[in-house]
Amino acid sequence: MTADAQWSRKDLLGIADLSAGEIGAILDTAESFREVSARPIKKVPTLRGKTVVNLFFEPSTRTRSSFEIAQKRLSADNINFSISDSALSKGESLVDTALNLQAMQPDLIVIRHAHAGAPQMLARRLQAGVINAGDGAHEHPTQALLDALTIRQHKGTLAGLKVAIVGDIEHSRVVRSNIHLLTRMGSEVTVAGPRTMMPVGMDKLGARVAYDLEEAIAGADVIMMLRIQLERQTRMLFPSIREYFLLFGLTLARLAAAREDAIILHPGPMNRGVEIASEVADGERSVILEQVANGVAVRMAVMYLLSGAQRGAA
Amino acid sequence: MPPVAEGTVADRRTILDAEQMQRVVRRMAGEIVDRNGGVEDLMFIGIRTRGVPLAESLAREIREMEGADIPRGVLDINLYRDDLSTVARYPVVKETRLPGTLDDRIVVLCDDVLFTGRTIRAALDALVDYGRPRSVRLAVLIDRGLRELPIQPDIVGRTVETARDELVEVRFAQTDGEDGVEVIPHDGSAAGPAAGAAEGD
Amino acid sequence: MRLLVRGGRLVDPTQDLDGPFDLLVEDGVVAAIDGRIDAAGATVRDADGLVVTPGWIDMHVHLREPGQEYKETVKSGTLAAAAGGFTAVACMANTVPVNDNPSVTEHILKEAARHGFARVYPIGAASKGQRGEELAEIGEMVAAGVVAVSDDGYPVANPALMRRVLEYARHFDVPVIQHAQDLELTAGGVMHEGEWSTRLGLPGWPGAGEDIIVARDVLLAEDYGGRYHVAHLSTARALGLVRRAKEQGLAVTCEVTPHHLLLTDELIATSEFSPNAKMNPPLRGESDRRALLAGLADGTVDAIASDHAPHHPDEKDVEFSLAPFGVIGLETNLGLCYDRLVRSGILTLPRLVELFSSGPARLLGVPGGTLRVGAVADVTLFDPDAELTVEPAAFRSKSRNTPFAGWTVRGRAVGTIVGGRPVELPAG
Repeated sequence: MTADAQWSRKDLLGIADLSAGEIGAILDTAESFREVSARPIKKVPTLRGKTVVNLFFEPSTRTRSSFEIAQKRLSADNINFSISDSALSKGESLVDTALNLQAMQPDLIVIRHAHAGAPQMLARRLQAGVINAGDGAHEHPTQALLDALTIRQHKGTLAGLKVAIVGDIEHSRVVRSNIHLLTRMGSEVTVAGPRTMMPVGMDKLGARVAYDLEEAIAGADVIMMLRIQLERQTRMLFPSIREYFLLFGLTLARLAAAREDAIILHPGPMNRGVEIASEVADGERSVILEQVANGVAVRMAVMYLLSGAQRGAA
Repeated sequence: MPPVAEGTVADRRTILDAEQMQRVVRRMAGEIVDRNGGVEDLMFIGIRTRGVPLAESLAREIREMEGADIPRGVLDINLYRDDLSTVARYPVVKETRLPGTLDDRIVVLCDDVLFTGRTIRAALDALVDYGRPRSVRLAVLIDRGLRELPIQPDIVGRTVETARDELVEVRFAQTDGEDGVEVIPHDGSAAGPAAGAAEGD
Repeated sequence: MRLLVRGGRLVDPTQDLDGPFDLLVEDGVVAAIDGRIDAAGATVRDADGLVVTPGWIDMHVHLREPGQEYKETVKSGTLAAAAGGFTAVACMANTVPVNDNPSVTEHILKEAARHGFARVYPIGAASKGQRGEELAEIGEMVAAGVVAVSDDGYPVANPALMRRVLEYARHFDVPVIQHAQDLELTAGGVMHEGEWSTRLGLPGWPGAGEDIIVARDVLLAEDYGGRYHVAHLSTARALGLVRRAKEQGLAVTCEVTPHHLLLTDELIATSEFSPNAKMNPPLRGESDRRALLAGLADGTVDAIASDHAPHHPDEKDVEFSLAPFGVIGLETNLGLCYDRLVRSGILTLPRLVELFSSGPARLLGVPGGTLRVGAVADVTLFDPDAELTVEPAAFRSKSRNTPFAGWTVRGRAVGTIVGGRPVELPAG
């Protein structure tokens, strides 16, 4: 099996449509790219002459930085558009923005948008490859891929693992991409959170649903804690930070329910003392900083594969 | 057994059989030590895919001759290829693994077949991103000519005249079950699964 | 003028007619129906191979005039209606300004008289400015020609106001048409809340948001009377509430749309977030869809209406969440419903004709809906075998926002007769 045989897409819009082979191709390629970041000269000439546009309609420091570093390490030229300086704030539609960008002939466009489906809209209209860097509560494929890479490095495989994802399930794009990816690769996923943040039909996505933290993490190999948006409190979703932490915050004591070798992930940025206690976030089972490092490798791999597929399609 | 390319046996030219190949590798190992005046500071870096077993074989010979273990690395040059803008699909990238710093080492780049020279160009570009070796030498089992860049080997197992559309198939016991080198005419080789590994460049 | 429609299959459920009959129209009314009519001097319309029915009425249309003429006008909307086989439309009050007073009503009727290719029955606002605070001048509007009241586009959210609207509209015997949506429960919702909203990460619009209002309104209708009609009913439970109210003998009715009958929320995924799959109420799940189909067959549903809601492509061609709600239907209703409901065996043809003609006519208390001798001669002719491929570019409507683009169905309108006159469509 080679990435040649496994990758022919121009865009990475989500995990939902990817086969296990395609996911494997990205993860294997990312594994190779990890080494580039460990070198004294962290740069390869691979995407020299390619132009990548980072189109961020939603503030994001870490995802954008991660993409930017990945682009620079691949020698691509990158340009950043963000909401504050984009024409969107002047009332230009996404379609017009897209067509204007297309006229500049970029090879890849990375888009982060508050509304689900915006990357699909762009992909339909652009020749450039489109990478979804998070759309509303829909998907965040590169996050799920970097999570999977991190898990695989620690556990050797994704098959047969018990993974618990805890927090605001309803508003999380990370959850959706992770469920698609992990279940496709043979993991057993349990999602947990207050019923007020558990969307209907979650079980139909292939995850087990729990409403209790201990139950969710019992015997888990992997625990992924999600960020709680503090403003949800005013939207009747939970009464207080204090009560949320009491019910769903991950503490060292609670962690005892999981397997002894369970690892802890968090997509960041963390709210210490809200969804995760500092002693867990900073503890030896936390792999949160490895996720960040893997993020660069995954994004390099994705841009490499999409650039190749584009050429193949041309 | 290695996969056998289509075409009759008569179509293929055997360049080295197993025994000859082992002798050639031994001679190459000796030459490396001679020219270096010992094993000091040597590092073997095999270019994926079949430069890797060549580096291993050379190191094994030196271990037997000198009792010294030469550090060995693996280099994937795909990220440095100059034809990425022309290939249909990007190649699969595999890991590069070096045993330590290259600074002040005498690096022997190992590849099975030297052809156009483009792989070596890419490998040299890659190497300088990892450090600054004192010198870099090139060891190839087969030099089949037809260079497109001004690159010459330092240590050669066998020089063979080939036509551009022929394939040189190198097999190593470690990876392919037996040692040996054959030249396969174009028409007989197209479907050969092992042929891709024999391109050299 | 005498017009003989000869040789068609005449279907009129109000007279239990379904067979080969000629139809004679004289002085704007139906003069005779018989197996064979010889009318010397009459203009003959050959209807061989066609189905001839009472004129189809779409009781829920947004004509956008006055105020949003870039989306649709009385002229373009009635042209679309005529092209789609409709002889009359009832138009909603959410224009700019709102049709909450007789001058707007009169303006619409004047435009219809001048340019109309179909009859236009304006629906007046229930509350002033559709703001849900004070009663609109329902009496004056009825005098000017409105046939019903509705704040459609918005619900009458305040139960006290809804009670008053039901009571007050009784004076004029006009139905109160409710856009049933609890605004708090559906706040932010852009699609049906269910498996697909969860998959797509789009904010959900739960079925309960519709059911709660219907339940409340049925209780109010029970206590205070009035003719209560649920617009674009989309859930199984709301349908059950209407069914029970009917069993109780209340004057409660409902309409459903072709898109809720033929599509489900999964379309938003398969169309990759197409804004043309976005409307209000949203496309529901398969169990709701099946319940609506059953409601058509068992008589709970009184009418099929398109909720024809034109939007300019620039408005629709945006992120799904930001796109306005609504799809158009005047030019696709007939073919889609004939093919997917009658051909597929869910409904008989007479029942479909009832849902599109006598049903809405009775509800709105307007002429038409029947071909009884002496009735107004509004007639729809369609070819049940002709193929119709939905091509938005060829629409007569000013807008293109249909979720059915590319569908090919059999059943195609070939002409309408309004008040005894064949409607001539301009070339194009």
